[in-house]
Amino acid sequence: MISIIDYGMGNLESVRKALALLGAPVQIVSDPESLRRSDKIILPGVGAFRDAIAALRKTGMDAAITEFIASGKAFLGICLGMQLLVDTGFEDGEHRGLSIIPGQCIRLTVDQPPLRLKVPHMGWNSLNFDPSHCAPLLAGLPADTYMYFVHSYHVVPADPKTVAATADYGVKVTAAITRDNVMATQFHPEKSQAAGRKVLENFLRV
Amino acid sequence: MHMLAKRIIPCLDVDGGRVVKGVRFFDHVDAGDPVEQAKFYDQSGADELVFYDITASHEGRKIMADVVRRVAETVFMPITVGGGIRELSDATALIQAGAEKVSINSSAVRRPELISEISRKFGRCATVLGVDANRVQQSDGTEKWEVFINGGRVGTGRDVLPWVKEAEERGAGEIVLNVMNADGTLEGYDLEMTAAVSEAVRIPVVASGGAGKPEDMLRVLTVGKADAALAASIFHFRTCLIPDLKRFLQAQGVPVRVV
Repeated sequence: MISIIDYGMGNLESVRKALALLGAPVQIVSDPESLRRSDKIILPGVGAFRDAIAALRKTGMDAAITEFIASGKAFLGICLGMQLLVDTGFEDGEHRGLSIIPGQCIRLTVDQPPLRLKVPHMGWNSLNFDPSHCAPLLAGLPADTYMYFVHSYHVVPADPKTVAATADYGVKVTAAITRDNVMATQFHPEKSQAAGRKVLENFLRV
Repeated sequence: MHMLAKRIIPCLDVDGGRVVKGVRFFDHVDAGDPVEQAKFYDQSGADELVFYDITASHEGRKIMADVVRRVAETVFMPITVGGGIRELSDATALIQAGAEKVSINSSAVRRPELISEISRKFGRCATVLGVDANRVQQSDGTEKWEVFINGGRVGTGRDVLPWVKEAEERGAGEIVLNVMNADGTLEGYDLEMTAAVSEAVRIPVVASGGAGKPEDMLRVLTVGKADAALAASIFHFRTCLIPDLKRFLQAQGVPVRVV
């Protein structure tokens, strides 16, 4: 069973429905016990880092997620669900994350004249990755695949080897992270039409 | 070099759960069904969809959440919903139903705190300010860019530029600028006002009102400095098909997502 973690941060329905249409048995969970019984978990999320991490701590889901990942089972974080994996988030102050992927989540600043780009980074941007040597999560996607992004903060991992794909937006935005059983995307696969569906399908296969 | 694509966004008006003025289908498909409309635009390569609820009643908002739910279960692309959002709870219901973003307009003018409330709960990325603007000639001969509310029927006396800046400060993550003098004319977007708004804020600006042909889209995405172009009639009446439009824009050097 694949579990989508509900911690009150936005809409889970698109992810749930996308997986259901791919034929996956999927449920929405909000307590550590149900999470432990899952085969794979997905941490989605929109909203603020601080509120999200507080919501996970309150229910003990932070420890449950860490424990789940340590057991070697597959994890997918989406958008805020990727940002929460790092050590520290700098949205509205400084907040401790889940410390699963060493690194930081910092504000996207794109202000090196003449480049003055809008933040949030909102819309469809193409991925930089090598399709012939890519992470299983991105298997089968052509080079330059467009994905839907919407975020104002981005993840800078301490270990560049964990970066599976980037997107260009003034800076190199970390678009996907993979490290063994931990997978995460800054873009929204559940909103990225056929290309996003392929990512979710890959997650079901790993 | 890769870049963020300029977005092409069809807008659909919904009344009592039914699309009015949607794309005219050639086959026997229910043109009033929001799901059928969404499927059509999904397959055409639209970058987002905007549903605008023109039902003014409380019941209308409940119906709208159901429309969003059915659409979000069928197409996997970003959806923005506007119209009739007066309270945080209205926004919450639509986002939980599957909307990526909610767009507020008159209610934000009446109570600007609503922008902050939605932004605090769902983030800047989910909070869109819609602005209906008019060029108004004043008695002293000068022109004012004025914000209008209630579907453009009521002037507020407020100037467009300070209002969009205030909205950005309060937590809006995107501005949809609909210039009413241009709206429905099919004579092109208001390039000057769109560019001025786009330069006044650091958040994306979606141009709306006046699109009649692909060249209008090209101009507003270049000269008009818009990050996205929204249109209704030219898509619905098939004056312009999105795949053709995107190929045209691409040939002109505009970064677009061609699918």
